[in-house]
Order: sequence, then structure tokens, then C-alpha cells
Amino acid sequence: MGPAPAPTHSAITLQVNGEKYTLSVDHRTTLLDALRERLDLTGTKKGCDQGQCGACTVLLDGRRAVSCLQLAVAAEGREITTIEGLADGERLHPVQQAFLDLDGYQCGYCTPGQICSAVAVIEEHAAGWPSAATDDVRPEAGVPELTAEEIRERMSGNLCRCGAYVSIVQAVARAAGAEEAAV
Amino acid sequence: MREFGYHRAADVSGAVALLAADPDARFLGGGTNLVDLMKTGVERPARLVDVRDLPLDRIEPAGDGGLRIGATVTNSELAAHPEVRRRYPALAQAVLAGASGQLRNMATVGGNLLQRTRCGYFTDASKPCNKRVPGSGCPAIEGVHHNHAVLGASAHCVAVHPSDMGVALAAFDAVVSYETADGPGALPLADFYLPVGDTPHRETALPPGALITGVTLPPAPVAARSRYRKVRERASYAFAIGSVAAALDVADGVVREVRLAFGAVASRPWRARAAERALTGAPADADAFAAAADAELSAARPLPDNAYKVTLMRNLTVAVLTELAEEAAR
Amino acid sequence: MTTAPTRPAAAQGSVGTAHTRVEGRDKVTGAARYAAEIPFTGLAHGWLVLSTVARGRIRAVDADAALALPGVLAVLHHGNAPRLVTDYVGMLGVPDPTAAVFQHDRVPHAGWPVALVVAETPEQAREAADTLAVRYDEEPHDIAFSAARPDAYPVDGYTPAVTEKGDVEAGLAASAVVVDEEYTTPEEHHSAMEPHAATARWDGGRLEVVDSNQGSTWVQSELAAMFALDPSAVRVVSEHVGGGFGSKGVRAQQVAAAMAASVLGRPVRVVLTRRQVFSLTGYRSPTAQRIRLGADAGGRLRVLEHRSWNQTSTVYEFVESSAGPARVLYDAEAHRTSQEVVRLDVPSPTWMRAPGEAPGSFALESAFDELAEKCGIDPIELRLRNEPETGPVSGLPFAGRNLAACFREGARRFGWAERDPRPGVRRDGRWLLGTGTAAASFPVGAGASTAALTAEADGTFTVRIAAADIGTGARTALTLVAADALGTAPERVRVRVGDSAFGSAWIAGGSMGTRSWSWAVTEAARELRERLALSGEIPPEGITVRSDTTEAIGALARKERHSFGAQFAEVAVDVATGEVRVRRMLGIFAAGRIVNPLTARSQLIGGMTWGISMALHEEAVRDRVTGAHYGADLAGYHVATHADVPRIEADWVDDTDPDDPVGIKGIGEVGIVGAAAAIANAVWHATGVRHRALPIRPDRVLTGGTAGV
Repeated sequence: MGPAPAPTHSAITLQVNGEKYTLSVDHRTTLLDALRERLDLTGTKKGCDQGQCGACTVLLDGRRAVSCLQLAVAAEGREITTIEGLADGERLHPVQQAFLDLDGYQCGYCTPGQICSAVAVIEEHAAGWPSAATDDVRPEAGVPELTAEEIRERMSGNLCRCGAYVSIVQAVARAAGAEEAAV
Repeated sequence: MREFGYHRAADVSGAVALLAADPDARFLGGGTNLVDLMKTGVERPARLVDVRDLPLDRIEPAGDGGLRIGATVTNSELAAHPEVRRRYPALAQAVLAGASGQLRNMATVGGNLLQRTRCGYFTDASKPCNKRVPGSGCPAIEGVHHNHAVLGASAHCVAVHPSDMGVALAAFDAVVSYETADGPGALPLADFYLPVGDTPHRETALPPGALITGVTLPPAPVAARSRYRKVRERASYAFAIGSVAAALDVADGVVREVRLAFGAVASRPWRARAAERALTGAPADADAFAAAADAELSAARPLPDNAYKVTLMRNLTVAVLTELAEEAAR
Repeated sequence: MTTAPTRPAAAQGSVGTAHTRVEGRDKVTGAARYAAEIPFTGLAHGWLVLSTVARGRIRAVDADAALALPGVLAVLHHGNAPRLVTDYVGMLGVPDPTAAVFQHDRVPHAGWPVALVVAETPEQAREAADTLAVRYDEEPHDIAFSAARPDAYPVDGYTPAVTEKGDVEAGLAASAVVVDEEYTTPEEHHSAMEPHAATARWDGGRLEVVDSNQGSTWVQSELAAMFALDPSAVRVVSEHVGGGFGSKGVRAQQVAAAMAASVLGRPVRVVLTRRQVFSLTGYRSPTAQRIRLGADAGGRLRVLEHRSWNQTSTVYEFVESSAGPARVLYDAEAHRTSQEVVRLDVPSPTWMRAPGEAPGSFALESAFDELAEKCGIDPIELRLRNEPETGPVSGLPFAGRNLAACFREGARRFGWAERDPRPGVRRDGRWLLGTGTAAASFPVGAGASTAALTAEADGTFTVRIAAADIGTGARTALTLVAADALGTAPERVRVRVGDSAFGSAWIAGGSMGTRSWSWAVTEAARELRERLALSGEIPPEGITVRSDTTEAIGALARKERHSFGAQFAEVAVDVATGEVRVRRMLGIFAAGRIVNPLTARSQLIGGMTWGISMALHEEAVRDRVTGAHYGADLAGYHVATHADVPRIEADWVDDTDPDDPVGIKGIGEVGIVGAAAAIANAVWHATGVRHRALPIRPDRVLTGGTAGV
């Protein structure tokens, strides 16, 4: 005899950009769809819905993640930051400002994901995390300089079909204060 | 995607009990593979048991210089850990070569080992696939197999395992620990993945309902000089078409110890033991490296469109071992 | 109340100065809403079901089980869907019938839309679509494209199938140097980051569609034709568009949404999945191209023959006009070009960024590099020696060419003079290094457009035009053009686009958008200034004028109108692993007057980035067993990502179209043209091996190795 059918919906509370939202979700609902369809936070974009483009990148407990592969029900209890939560009132986040000033985008659809990813890249680098572009990953080698090559590798989970990579890398470097290293 | 129940497990025994009670249940880790497969209809679980909150998220010393890595440690945490980077640099490099920063933050060590092949016939539920629907056929053999297996495949399946992390773990003799309703168990990685044979849908030797709890890396001083190189069809954020994890200890120009494993050539991370045997005690030079690679690759059975992989793996092996030998000589 | 604006004190205008995007703040904060993001009360969600067979007939759609699932509202298919008008001729010709969903039981290719499931939530719709039982009578399929197909036939598309002068065979026999090679390019996909999405709502007999498209009045007119409505009864709005590249016209999602909304009497949204985008929204056909060049010892062409083949579907005839560059770049006594198609059981191809020119330039500009090698002449010098005075086929004068200036400026900045022509002699560790160059050209023009321009009572201006800003920066460019035409500051101009209610306008396509719309805006501004000079005072509702450029554009003299460019690339190749990395690129363009240098540079670099992607990565694979795509997703279909793209520089020489009121040509497409050839030529320079099949994958490099190096 099989097990008793389990409930397929749950009432959950999501904490997004410092606000608490209580809602009932179909367990199938991804965090991405919950943000877009239920909370009207449409800044987070759906490019592939398969973890293959990065357009849906948000920060979960401060770390970047693709919200399309994150079930909403499993995101309960985590601090979620989306593109809508980065600016300080009217003052743009330095990464947002750099994208705006350096034209780090064209159609704008991958942009929220690029920006969320870039915010995390700068923090990951500051925390001393190596990348696949880091020649020597041993801790004795120290923290790699945030060169253009390092930025490119770390940002590679965010596709941009318009081909704005060149100015995105410049924008990330500027926001990280690494413009000289990233020439 | 069918409707499903969701449970967040608070402890290992509870998680294992939930799975034991329902054959249609699956463990949910980072979800980076399972949720995708649910969207495409390849996986249709009736319930998910979320194991992300289980206390399996630590990396601790084990034995004399070994490490025990909890199953829910994320790929990012694994790659960033100072002791991993110091003692097993190829493991950190392998993890960093996989997926993207976002996916590595989500994906767990346990899930990485259990991820499914990216063979395009397997991931498309409208197409035949022996791994997904036993007996339905393997169109890859006659169809698209540009990135399929050259080692250890069968007439029933030629898919490759996509993990980068697993290749380094294979080189370093990792042991996988698990828990079942009947108690704990352990499997060396060498025995973890089953041969393809005529049962490609049976991928691991884990007992039904088992939960991976961690991976233990035995002490391996040779691993301190190790390297992972991956070749893919774009510079980043792509699965391998061939990869090598290697560790090398050279004394007086002679190979004292070598570890070698291949990625993207077989249904599992491929430990190149024939190459290791051929190389141990041999001179640490390009000819010996090439001969060792040939010793391993003589077993290769390529299909018309993936024969390049044999050359690629040979060249990659020589290149990585040469780099390590030069490093040792410095 | 305010007075009419006066001319600015200084003659310095806004056109030609860098401006950040007027919608930039909305884009970096996530406030910009795209098609699937506009809220609707009572919205239902549609999910398309595509055929799993490559050819045959639908025997039955058994919807009972799907309809019994929770939340499912309807299942539309050929047996119950509203009938459409399909025998009309649209703004761009006979439409691809792929958009006219559910009209018959025939399945012409894998991934053909066979049903739409509508449910209360997307999760419910997806599950019902996945489980919908569609049974087929399957027929054998044929998807094998090649130039050797006996059933290939020439087709006049937007350009003639065949152009011919002189005797090719006699010319070749008399040539000191001959190049005769075949080149191939694979099936490529637009892969705009925003999947196609539409929401439809009926209000009485009026249809309203919120869409993601490259031309709102274009989509409006097609939907009106299909649903037998007066165009005034259809409104299409498309404010922000997440990329298009040729794929965002009338597609299955608008039509299916409009059908379902009419059946259910409530708004319905249909968003394509990424996999569906691969099947339903067109693609660049694979091409096979054969080039024969004959030249004298000094490299002067006696013969240029460029033959091209592409595939099309059994339901639509699309020509990939790859012979385009040969008809513009070089002349020869014997000059022959042809474009043929093969009809197969595949989806319909369509325009994709630089249609024709992108694959055509790969073949032609690779062949020119081979000719330079054989003649022992520098590739730039070879091109300069073959600069034509007039259009090689048309004999018409060029409305500005400046290709030679592009090469000279590019050579200077790239350091071409120091280049050692020998292949395979530069090394950096495991990498062999090489450089390459290629010419670029893309036709430019203007399409008739209307614009409305309002002088507001508060002293500002509002432009309303059914333009589409698909990432080109059109909104910002039109702001600058309007400001200059009105003699005011850009901050006082508000540009509204993407609404068919603004009147007919050309599409964001053919590198013609900004030019076409700027023309209409300039005309309107001229008239408005005249009106304002007479009226003196502006009433509360403002003063609005409308322009229509149909007549002015119709009166344009026939000329060879193109943007040109010179592409340069440096690559590193590891022949042991087959990896190719582009280390730097430079493109110098002659592309008319540049309206906004900031966004123009981005667009040109974007095109060059596509060139990297085309040269090294992109290839959609069709499985001969099932006839369907293999790996139709963004992990299986690789577009270049950050790590593939080095520092790229794009710049331009002074250029203009003297017949355009602003001097604009077009920049949307020329950036990709020639870029893949420059990279392939650089790979030859690095390794000594020619790669005539794109993409230059690691396995091809590995197998090709090095030649005589």
C-alpha cells in the first residue's frame, strides 16, 4: 500500500528585500514565478527557466542563486534580495550606477541578473574566493587581483545576447574599484 | 510537472524514513538538476524531501590529513575552503570549472555526485532513451553523439557523467558515506557508479532510499601537487567535452606516484588506473605521459563523431602532467 | 501657457554626443516591464503543445484527461480552434503560416504547434500540456540539408536569385590564381534573452495584445488580417523588448493567446518556453556556399562566383541571401551569384541579425583571405586593389562607401603593419597566435513611417511613434534627433514607442529602424516648428502634428546604400586541445552619421560579439533519427558568454548618407558581418589550417591540427 497523499500546497512566508510576504503556494512554484506572478516583483527575469542563462539571479542569504531552480516553498526562512532591493531609495547601488553610466546593457532583460550577480561577485572576491581563472588556488597564493579575466570568468553564468559583455565587465570593475586591474 | 508533497527534513533519520515510505519520493538538495528535470518531465516525483537544512554542511579533518565533506556543503563552500585548496587543489579547480557561481552556491556535494547525464536524448522526454525509459532504445548511437562516451559504454547507452567535481574525487579515492533506514554504509567512489551494461537506468550502487551524508577524502600527499583541466565548447559555463584531474609526485625525474582521472568520456568519472600503472616508476617526460595515456585509451571504443575525444584526452593528459612535472622541477 | 521654442543659442546639437539611455534607470532597477510582466485581472495562462514527430498528421487530440486536471480551462487544437484568414499578403510579404496555429491536421516539422492548454495558473497549464494525449500518423521525414541536393532550386527573395555577367569558366581558365572552395555555416538561433510572450484581451470586438515584438503596427496589421478585423480594432503594445534580432514578429504566441482569449472571454497569456523558442520563432538556416575566385598575379579579380544554398520548410519559402556581400563588395569581369533553397521537414527559417550577409561574408571574406595567401599579397592590400567604383551588379553609384578608409584606420590602430604574414610562427606558451581581417557591408534604407509630435503646454515635447526599442537605444536616439530638430534640449523631449495606436511605422529590422523613425520625427519637428512660429501660444492640450514619410522615401534616388566596415581579430589557438580564444577585436565602420556614440558603440560591439559566437560556438543540432532538435536549450546551444569575449573596440570614420535628413545609415547589423571571417582568418594565421565550416569547434581544430608549421 502506498503512502497517504501529501498536501501539494503550503502557506509560506517569504522575506524579500526586507519585507515579509505570506502566501499559499503550489509546491511546483519556483521562487522566480512566486516573485513575478504572485508578488508582482517582475524585475527578476525568466530567460530560460532551466538555470542556463542567469537572468533570474537573486541573492539568497546574501549569495547569488538562480531563482528558476529554487522552489518557493524551499526558500521559506531565507533572506531574498532582488534587483528591486538593491538601491537605497533614490540612490542607485554602485553596480547599478556603473551599468547605467557605462551602458552595460542593451535590451535590459539580462540586466537585473547581471547586476545581482555582479554584486555577489564583488563580495565573493572580497571574501577571497578563487575562480576558474585563478592560476593558483592554494590559499598561500593569496587573493587573486580582480582582473578583467577574473571578472569575465566569475560573471560567465550570466548570458547577454545583445553582446554587452565588454561594458558589463567595465561596469563591474568600476563598481569594485578595480578599473586599473581590469584594463 | 505533477503536483507533489514537500517535506523539510530536520534530521537524517527522519529524511531517510520519509523516503523509505514512498518509492515516488526524492531527496531535494540544491535542486539545480532535479528541479530542471521535473520541469522537463524527466523526473515526476510524488514528494520531495528537502535535505538542505540537515546538519551535513561541514568540512572537517579526517584521518591524518584527510577531509570529511558533508553532503549538503555547497559546491562554492567546497571550492573556497582553505584546506581543500591546500591539500587537494585539483578538487577546488574542478568544482570551480563546473556550472556558474550561482549554481555552485546552490548545488550540494551529494547532489553533484547524483546529477544525471546531460545527454540530449535523456533530457528530452519526447525522445527514446534507455536510461530514462528502459528498453526504449538509444538514438545517440545512430544520432547525435558528438559529446558521448568513448570508454565503458555499451550498446544500450553512451551517455557521459557531467560532473567535474567527481573527476577529482575519483582521482583522490573518495569514499561516499550514506544512511538508510537500515543504518549507515559507505562506498568507495570506484564502486559507487555501476557499469552501464544493459541497465543504464541503474546508475549507482546506493541502496534504495539511501541518503548521501558525506564524502571522505583519505590523506593523499600527492594531491598537494594536482591540477584539473577542462575543455569545453565555450570558455566557461559549459559542460566538458573532456577533462583531466591529475596529481604527480616526481623524484629525480622519475614518477613516484601519479593520480589520473578523466571526465566527459564515460558514464562515470573515469579513474585512469592503466595509465597510472604504466607511469609509476617511469620517467616524468612527455613520451612516458603519452604512453600512459595510450595505455588507458587503448580501451576506447569511439563512435564516428566522437573519435576526437581519444586524441583530446591523450593531449590533455600529456599537457597536464607536463605542467605538473615542470612545477615539481621548479 | 508658454511661448514657442527658439533656436538654441549655440549651434551645438545633441546628435553625435553620448547620452545614457533614457529608460536606463528603469532597466537597472528592474522597474522596466516586459511583455509577460504587465498585470491583468482575471488572467489565464496558456501553454503550447508542440508536435513530437517531424512529419505526419494529427490523428487525435484526446483532451479529456487534461481537462479533468485542476484549474484547466480549455484545450485548443485544429479540431476546435477558431478559423483564421491565412491567404493575405502582409507588410513584409506572404506570412510564414507557422503563426496561424491549429488550422489543419498536418504536421510539417518537429515542434509544430498542435494545441494550447489554458489553465488558471502556469503550473497547472504546464502539467496539463505535458500530459495531453496527441496521437499522430507519422510519415518518414527528410531533414538532410546539403548543397548537393538535386531538388535545390533558385528563389527570388528580397533580392534576385541569380545575377550574372561575363563568362565564369573562361575567366577562371585565364586566371593566374584560382580559389575554389566550399564553406558551410550551421543552423543558428536568435536566442533573445526574453522568450516570446503575449497577453491578449478582447473588449467587445476589439483585440488588445501586450507583446514583445519588433514592430507594433506590423503585428497589429498581421493580427487584424488573420482575425478578419479592421486594423483600428486591434491594438498592440510592446514597450520594452528583451531582444529580437529578427525573431520577434507574428508568432504562435500572439495568435494562440488571442484565440484563447476569445474562446474564454478573459485575458490569456502565452509565454514560450526556451525550448519552444527554438522551434517556433525562426532561425538562421544552415548554408552551404561555394566560392570561385579568379585573379591575376597582382590580385585583381577576373572572376567572382558565389553560390549559396539554404534550407527552408515545406510551408514557407525563405531565402538566406548569402550572396549579398558579393554583389556589393567586389567587381569582376565575370561575376555570378546565386541563391537556392532546399525544402525540408524543418521549421521555417527567418531573418536573423544580418540575414544573408552574416553567413555570406564568412564565405566570401574567408575566400578572399585564401586568395591573398595564394597571391602573396597582404589581405588589406588585396581588398584595396579590388575596390569598385560603382555597384558591381547594379552599376549604381554608392551613397558613400568609405571602406578603404575603414581599413586604413583599422590597420593603423590594430598594428597591422607589424604583422608577419606567415602562418603558425607566433607562440605564447601553449597558444599559437594569429591575426585576421575581413570586410563588412550591410544594406541600409528607410521604411515609410508616421510620427506624432506634440508641443506641450509646459514647454516640453512628446514624440509618439510606433518604433520598437529592442535594445538598440532607439528611444534615446530619437530623443536626440527630436531635440535637435526642435532646437531644444533632450531633457525636454519625451519619446513614447511600442504602441500601434501611434500609427504605422517601420519595424526594428533591416538596420533601418532608427533611420526610418528619425526621418518621420524630423519631418514632424519641421512642421511643428512652422506651426509654433505662427501660433505663438500653446493651448492646454498642446499642439500636435503628424508626419508621414511615405512620399519622401518613395522619391529617394536609386543608389547602392550600405554601411561598411573593416574587422580585425587576434586569436590564440591550442591545437592540442582545440581551444580557440579571441584575444582582441577591432572594428572600424563607415555607417553614416552616429546619433548616440555611447549606444552605437554598444550595438556595434554587440554585433562583433555575435561574430565571436558565430565563429566559435553557435550550432543548433538536428537529430537525423527523430528529425527534432538535439539539446535545444541554452546549455546545448552555446552563445558566447563573458569568458569568451575579450576587449573589443568599435569606432567609425566620418560618413553620411547625403540623401537622409539626419545623415543616418544603419548600425544594427554591420557589426556581425565579416567578424566570423576575421576570426577564421586569424585561426589560419595562427595554425596554417583553414576552417571552412563553422563553428570552429575544438574537435575541428584538434582534427585539423597545424599544416606545415
